[in-house]
Amino acid sequence: MAKWFKNLMKSQLVIPLFALLLLVVFNLFRDVGFFTLNITTNNDGNPVLTGNVISILNSASELAIIAIGMTLVTASSRGQDISVGAVAAIAGSVFVRVLRENSITWPIILLAFLGGCAAAVLCGTFNGTLVAGFRIQPMIATMILLTAGRPIAYWINGGATPTVSSPLLGYIGSFIPGIPIPTPILIVVAFSILVSLVLRLTNLGLYTQAVGINEKSARLNGINAFGMKILSFMMLGVCVSIAGCISVSRMGLINHETLLLDIEMDAILAVAIGGNALGGGKFSLTGSVIGAYIIQALTITLYAMKVSSTAVKAYKAIVIIAIVVLGSPVVQGYLLRLRDTLFQKKKKATEMQAYGD
Amino acid sequence: MPNDIVLSMRNISKTFPGVRALHNVDFTLYKGEIHALMGENGAGKSTLIKVLTGVYPKDAGQIQIAGSNKDVNIKSPQEAQNMGISTVYQEITLCPNLTVAENMFIGRGAYRLVNWRTMREKTAKILEKLNIPARATQQLATCSLAVQQMVAIARAVDMDCKVLILDEPTSSLDEREVEKLFALMRELKARGVGIIFITHFLEQAYEICDRITVLRNGELIGSYDVKDLPRVQLISKMMGKELDVVSRMHNSRSSTVLQGRAPVFEAKGLASAAGTRAFDFKIDQGEVNGFTGLLGSGRSESVRAIFGADKTTGGKIHVNGKPVKISKPKDAMKLGIGYLPEDRKQDGIVDELSVRENIILALQVMRGFFRPFSKAEAERFADEYIRLLGIKTASTDTPIKSLSGGNQQKAILARWLLTKPQYLILDEPTRGIDVGTKVEIQKLVLKLAEEGVSVTFISSEIEEMLRTCSRLIVMRDRKIVGELTQEDMTQAKIMHTIAGEAAQNG
Repeated sequence: MAKWFKNLMKSQLVIPLFALLLLVVFNLFRDVGFFTLNITTNNDGNPVLTGNVISILNSASELAIIAIGMTLVTASSRGQDISVGAVAAIAGSVFVRVLRENSITWPIILLAFLGGCAAAVLCGTFNGTLVAGFRIQPMIATMILLTAGRPIAYWINGGATPTVSSPLLGYIGSFIPGIPIPTPILIVVAFSILVSLVLRLTNLGLYTQAVGINEKSARLNGINAFGMKILSFMMLGVCVSIAGCISVSRMGLINHETLLLDIEMDAILAVAIGGNALGGGKFSLTGSVIGAYIIQALTITLYAMKVSSTAVKAYKAIVIIAIVVLGSPVVQGYLLRLRDTLFQKKKKATEMQAYGD
Repeated sequence: MPNDIVLSMRNISKTFPGVRALHNVDFTLYKGEIHALMGENGAGKSTLIKVLTGVYPKDAGQIQIAGSNKDVNIKSPQEAQNMGISTVYQEITLCPNLTVAENMFIGRGAYRLVNWRTMREKTAKILEKLNIPARATQQLATCSLAVQQMVAIARAVDMDCKVLILDEPTSSLDEREVEKLFALMRELKARGVGIIFITHFLEQAYEICDRITVLRNGELIGSYDVKDLPRVQLISKMMGKELDVVSRMHNSRSSTVLQGRAPVFEAKGLASAAGTRAFDFKIDQGEVNGFTGLLGSGRSESVRAIFGADKTTGGKIHVNGKPVKISKPKDAMKLGIGYLPEDRKQDGIVDELSVRENIILALQVMRGFFRPFSKAEAERFADEYIRLLGIKTASTDTPIKSLSGGNQQKAILARWLLTKPQYLILDEPTRGIDVGTKVEIQKLVLKLAEEGVSVTFISSEIEEMLRTCSRLIVMRDRKIVGELTQEDMTQAKIMHTIAGEAAQNG
């Protein structure tokens, strides 16, 4: 067996990858045409890629980006931020407000995005201060903005659901002329590369995990635990504002009540499906991103099976129960023991374990 | 089975994948006997206990308990308890937020309705009978660790136990508390309970036990009457070699301090929010000094104040003669100070991270957030220190939590040695680890001092401090009550100073 395969089997990505594979195989048997990609011409006369795979990747973009930030928050603060949907509405509202007060050009869009980003990072700092400074449980602390966020978004645009239309926004929300891949997918790819560069060039991963696993010890080793927790909430703010702006650009309007509604639950699920412990500590961003795509693939599969949109949630719940139970420590422990009894002879004595002290 | 035997285990074997944890071990416990189970880390003590209490199924062997001639097959701790085998672990497994009475009765019996009043009365009676200084209605968390430990024992005893297993009950108690616990153990012994006492403290084994069973590498070395087994022999049986290193090693160090050089670290009027009184302290280059005193006397709080681990509330600090400010651990680290904390699990290891990550952590933090070590660099550092300190681990990628206590401690030591400190604070570096590793750590301290590193050493075992330190700072009730050097450094003198009788006996 190749070494990389062995390592993979040991890693937390086994379950999410397996689930994804299962979904693919299931769809192959159900309808081979599920994976067909077509090149069609859209309203603007550009050739674009369409098909179920593209729509899965495309519509999961916001979720994937938020899941990355949620993973960092989970790892450092041992809890989850449930205000992400509401904060996305705030960021989106600021984005729209700036756009509407100026004629839309690329610099203005950038400015509007930075405005939304600043608002979301501010919200993240607020959440982070409550969690790290006042030691409030993350879910309770972020409940404040969960409740207040959408009313604040409403107030930013004076109570309307204003539209913004510009071909430039269309470039962000759907396609750039000449590129057949939806732009949100490209944004996810670019953002993932950026995040992995940050992880490689800084100690973000080590510090975040150390704080999440043993805060006291991290502090005694000179890590600013308070700072790391706030930092993770601020980074989630950045993720949320990107997601909010993509979503606004897609629709060309902001509806503060429905923008990325319930995304917090899907984001937390993506983190869990990705094999990350919701109790913090070690994390894998790849896992969470795969988790996001699994959730979306599941939704699209169900739609393709003509399940009504109301019933989709119930079906989703069943599959998610299966994945989460499969990844639970109880089942994992059972599987490990099963593996040990099956492969006992092959296993060498090199694995040191502390049985006896 | 003779009448006075309460437990007999014959030919017990237990193998884990790749590890032979127990091999043909016999163990016999008599009525009203305190029986020490001793051995180095990994000798199989815990495994034997876990087989006995049904945590692990045994691979082979027979277990018989008093009152029946049939072999019993214990499948779960609950079943063991029903047969009269109770265990009290090192970490207290009661609920701190409940009262003493609730803790005594929770989870016992199948009844649904609870009469709290009778329960409290019963508890009060038991507490009085066993001489435990606690009230039935008191919240457990407000009791001292020793009393919590005693409540756990009382709970076990009240469930009509014939065999009581105490797994390192004394490792977090100070001497007075240990005395109280021993009084309770003697009381139980008089009632005919057989007690299995697992400990790393030789002195305690000799003080309270009747017999000692020694295990090594999963095998039975032998069972001995305490009076027939001199200490040196016990140690050599545990380690499996003639051990004259321990007795040969003594403190040959005299003051080799360079004259005219400013102290490496000097504090005046240092006080911290954790409750140390303002104190003065200094250490010279290459000096090994120590804080001694009872547990809770403030020795840990003092070194924590030096490292900036607790918020300091006053005091001036000079490092190498220059005035500096230490308000958080990172400040101290930048000044070349390292601190190995007292509580390895809570403050030391980051348990899910790998051995490699744990070793490089402090150096990495000093290097900075934006300058991570490459994996190859980290690997090299970890490998170097794993070899240097002889850390037993499958690989550098192994999570540190799966190492034994002694090896975890070595990894934390490696973490600080890697930062090349000029001043290293070691708070209880040898607690709960085996004799061999203890000696290694003591030797390492002396070697570091020879290389010019200053070390502050804290240990509950006074002999260990006498062997390594050239100056002892004695603490009582959170303040320094004396300082001993050279010929004053004897066990008796320390005791007297702690007790505050220096003037009369001096």
